[in-house]
Amino acid sequence: MRRYLARKILIYALTFVAAVSINWLIPRLMPGDPVRTMLGRGSAGDPETMQQMRDYYESVFGLDEPAWQQYINFWTSLFQGDLGISVWLFPRPVSEILLAAVPYTLALLLPSILLSWIAGNRFGAFAARSKWLDNTVLPLGYILTATPYMWLGILLAWGLGVVAGWFPTAGAYGFGTIPGWNWTFIWDLFLHWFLPFASLFLVAFGGWAIGMRNLIIYELEAEYSTYLEALGAPRKLVRRYAFRNAVLPQMTGLAVQLGTIVAGALLTEIVFGYPGLGNLILQALNNRDFFLLQGAFLFIVIGVLIANFIVDVIYVLVDPRTRTQMQGSAA
Amino acid sequence: MGNRLRWLSAALVVGLAAAGCTGGGDGSGGGNGYPREETLYTTGTQWGPPSTWNPIMSGSYTTGVVGYIYEPLFLYDPQQQEYIPWLAESEEWIDDSTYEVSLREGVTWSDGEAFTAEDVVFTYELAQFETVPYHNVWDYLENVEAVDEHTARFEFNDELRHQEFAYYTYSNPIVPEHLWRDRSEEQVTTGANEDPVGTGPYLYEDHSEDRQIYAKNEDWWATDALDLEVQPNYVVDIVNSSNDVTNRLLDQGDVDVSNNFLPGVDQKIQNNPNISSYYDEPPYMLSANTAWLVPNTTREPLDDPAFRKALAASIDIQKIIDGPYSNLVQAADPSGLLPVWEDYIDQELVDEHGFSYDPGEAESLLADAGYEDTDGDGMVETPDGDPVELTLMVPSGWTDWMEAARIISENAQAVGINLVEEFPDQAAMEDQRNAGEFDLVINNERQISNTPWTYYDYMFQLPVQEQQTTVNFARYENEEAWELTKELAQTPVEDKQAMQDTISEIQRIQLEEMPIIPLWYNGLWSQYNTQTWTNFPTSADDTPHHLPTTWRNYAQLGSVLMLTELEPAGG
Repeated sequence: MRRYLARKILIYALTFVAAVSINWLIPRLMPGDPVRTMLGRGSAGDPETMQQMRDYYESVFGLDEPAWQQYINFWTSLFQGDLGISVWLFPRPVSEILLAAVPYTLALLLPSILLSWIAGNRFGAFAARSKWLDNTVLPLGYILTATPYMWLGILLAWGLGVVAGWFPTAGAYGFGTIPGWNWTFIWDLFLHWFLPFASLFLVAFGGWAIGMRNLIIYELEAEYSTYLEALGAPRKLVRRYAFRNAVLPQMTGLAVQLGTIVAGALLTEIVFGYPGLGNLILQALNNRDFFLLQGAFLFIVIGVLIANFIVDVIYVLVDPRTRTQMQGSAA
Repeated sequence: MGNRLRWLSAALVVGLAAAGCTGGGDGSGGGNGYPREETLYTTGTQWGPPSTWNPIMSGSYTTGVVGYIYEPLFLYDPQQQEYIPWLAESEEWIDDSTYEVSLREGVTWSDGEAFTAEDVVFTYELAQFETVPYHNVWDYLENVEAVDEHTARFEFNDELRHQEFAYYTYSNPIVPEHLWRDRSEEQVTTGANEDPVGTGPYLYEDHSEDRQIYAKNEDWWATDALDLEVQPNYVVDIVNSSNDVTNRLLDQGDVDVSNNFLPGVDQKIQNNPNISSYYDEPPYMLSANTAWLVPNTTREPLDDPAFRKALAASIDIQKIIDGPYSNLVQAADPSGLLPVWEDYIDQELVDEHGFSYDPGEAESLLADAGYEDTDGDGMVETPDGDPVELTLMVPSGWTDWMEAARIISENAQAVGINLVEEFPDQAAMEDQRNAGEFDLVINNERQISNTPWTYYDYMFQLPVQEQQTTVNFARYENEEAWELTKELAQTPVEDKQAMQDTISEIQRIQLEEMPIIPLWYNGLWSQYNTQTWTNFPTSADDTPHHLPTTWRNYAQLGSVLMLTELEPAGG
């Protein structure tokens, strides 16, 4: 177990270094000049003043140093928890901007991923043994999972927001609401959260349900199930075994999903004007804000690595075969 | 699983609440929010979370910092073409190089300190820092001093650029000396100034990632001095995230003023009784700036005025206006001057040298200048027989400009100019534009102002640098035009006749040479939902005529006055 973990940690650490380096490199390879974008907004008419401002800001951002020095500086300040200053939202520190946005993204992502996984698996398993559900509700799952997040988001916003008027369609809480620890505010927060959450949840839910339904059918037709049934085991027991086997690939899927759903959250946040990471990433990209982009991606990379690591560990705990393999290799 | 669910949603709500509360709202709005009927909701300026309240950073300060909090000496009303005394009560030229402003008495900063001439002196002296955007005022300013508590005197050298200085008197806000004098250059130009103290009608109240909130300043000087009072007790400016979001907020009445370009908003104005704009018929909006077709005049054949004129004559502007803009904009005058500068358009010159959509004319212009289709591919070659292959770049995602570019290249091809459109992303386009690595781009970076000088400075500024970052993207070199532009800069703003004469001379060069081609007037996008507030500016006689916008640097053009004229819809 220890060797297994040590090896995993080493692999994760290497992935981290590579990811951070690529993360540092990519924005610098993109066309565009962040300082010029920033100064363009200031629009000082006079070319000399412009040049002076330009030199000055380049030194503020450390962009006047050679690339290798910038790379070293990047790692040094990273370990000090300093992600630099945003160009687009000058002069705010990147870490502060990210910290303000991350709670909103997490509040959308974690519940939608976990709840859709739990509900999707339950529902899929249930559908697998009911002809009626299988024929009526599962096609809906196909439609849901094929729907782009953004499209579903727009439909929900128009249907339940503008037309029905049940939910607000933009912002994290009412634009005239004063934040505070009271029920009115929390309810308001919940109402604004619900539609973006629902659009993420529904799409993911469809995918999990279909996956689980197929897996369960496969497991129920496997030889061990037929054998158990032949032995006269109760149906419930057979189903429980099938479920336990079918849930394993779904867990791997969960780890993968944690990585890809960030893209979904990005679009959803834009549709609902939700002030999370997704909105920030898009804007940072448009404004050539290297530092903010790096910070946001760094957060995602760390998130995905941690999530995968946790799933790796859980896998060892729930799947006895991984344990045997490990012992085998250790011996 | 029931328990697990309950636990998750509880954790979620706590997490969200914590996130929401970090905005630090100890607002005094009463209850749980700002009362709807006392609050004006605006959007259209801020495209990202508010990050700086520093009025010196003129391009990035958050919506309202200048106008709501900090104020300039004068406002300039471009429609009436007059300077409105603001923090200054009057101005006087003592002689050709000495200028005095008398300041209002009884004006206080929101921390209770008195506003004096020392604040004005200090604000101009700040520009001695080379990184302050209006640093070049010290090219011609020799000295600025306080004569007494309410009089500031400016002394200039003989390089005085009247037009530019007049521009600074209204565009640059005054900052309080007592709070700013100890700040370093870095703090002045890069500080966020998170606790802004100004003289204006509103006080900073709160902000979060997607909004910015102001509360009325009950002690605003203009209430006594000018009998002006801003009507909304609160202003909430919402950060734009997309057109879709803005559209929904406007429909739902959650936004009162939207200053976004919303494609198809003409339908709304016609069909929804709650939605209106400045005009109730096309073009619906006032004009804010001119969109130009900018040729790279260092490249063949765009270096040839005859070719540029032929290209200009080939463009069917009306098709762009009817198509992608559904009549929300107007065609530009051949001089490119905005409607507010109508007086400066030399109509005779325009009649003689102006251009309009005329493909036949375009073809004969090309033929006369020796551009002919020698290889029979339907497209003209240069007089030397080289093929003409031009690209028009506009930023990807700017759908209205992309459509316009398609129409322009179609039009050009129809008269035999091989022009194709290209949509790089914005940053890439800007890089190439600044470095002069392009054939044609569309650009509209200069706004409405107190003087057409800002436009000619944009067109003719010399010398051409390796990187042209704000002006003369066409890299057009014409010493005579630049000399005339400098002459215009030094013409006193009161001397309209002299301004007109110089501008006519410039216009002759411009129309004959066509260094850049005016296309259309971009709108001052503005649409109101009148469910909560009424008496917005319109073209009707019984409403105010201020510029109805919250755009940055427009409060100084009198748009802040819009807030003093609003009336609650309920009563």
